[in-house]
Amino acid sequence: MSTDNTTPSADGSIDAAEVQALRERVDELEQSLAELDDGDDQQKMTIVATQGSFDMAYPPLILASTAAAFGWDVVVFHTFWGLDILHEEKSKELKLSAVGNPSMPMPNALAALPGMDSMATKMMQKKIDENGTATIEELIDLSLDQGVDLQACQMTIELMEYDEDDFYDGVTTGVGAATAIQHMAESDVQLLV
Amino acid sequence: MSSEYQTTETLDVKGLSCPMPIVKTKQAIDDLDADDVLEVVSTDSGSMSDIQGWAEGTDGVELLDQVEGDDLYTHYVKKTA
Repeated sequence: MSTDNTTPSADGSIDAAEVQALRERVDELEQSLAELDDGDDQQKMTIVATQGSFDMAYPPLILASTAAAFGWDVVVFHTFWGLDILHEEKSKELKLSAVGNPSMPMPNALAALPGMDSMATKMMQKKIDENGTATIEELIDLSLDQGVDLQACQMTIELMEYDEDDFYDGVTTGVGAATAIQHMAESDVQLLV
Repeated sequence: MSSEYQTTETLDVKGLSCPMPIVKTKQAIDDLDADDVLEVVSTDSGSMSDIQGWAEGTDGVELLDQVEGDDLYTHYVKKTA
């Protein structure tokens, strides 16, 4: 085998000094690899939750509580309508939209009638009860219990004229996009929901 | 159901669906000591894949066995550290 930067002597052996230099280089590389391994190996996930409908509240909470069960460090940044998931009162009144929902067994003209969103939500709630699927409140409690950092975007709190006391105990307020970006940069998994 | 494992505790998550079997398993494991074995009894067919994935991706736990019965999925998880 030949390499570009070693010069075999006449009998094909490699110069002893060359071998020594290579050994030192290998040691150096091994050491810098070991230093990298010493870093924090905990997996991290950041989810940005932007939707506040009944059905869209579930995916971020299910993924967050599951990742926490894996021992991951999890941040969910709630912004715009996603903020309602953390709002103690509003989280209990999240609605499923019947209009523009291709899974609804009715045309949009019908779905737009008054009361259709409530009806669709009740139907979904019934299915959730029957299936043993957790409620949104249960998932929030579970997530907080497991150390998930549920963050409420400060700009949206002010935009929606919410009060910091409106949110579940344990929710982080006073954070903005820069905090979210910082967590995303450090994360192994980033999701926008 | 008989088992060849000496189970320390049994966790009943019958009737609960994703992600509850995983989250409850994790919480139950946290309360156990090293070498303890947790038996998890679930009715969620997804728990077969989920518990396996969770055990592979989580430090300090080892999946010993999974038994599929009539609509009942039983998992044996050992706490290794």
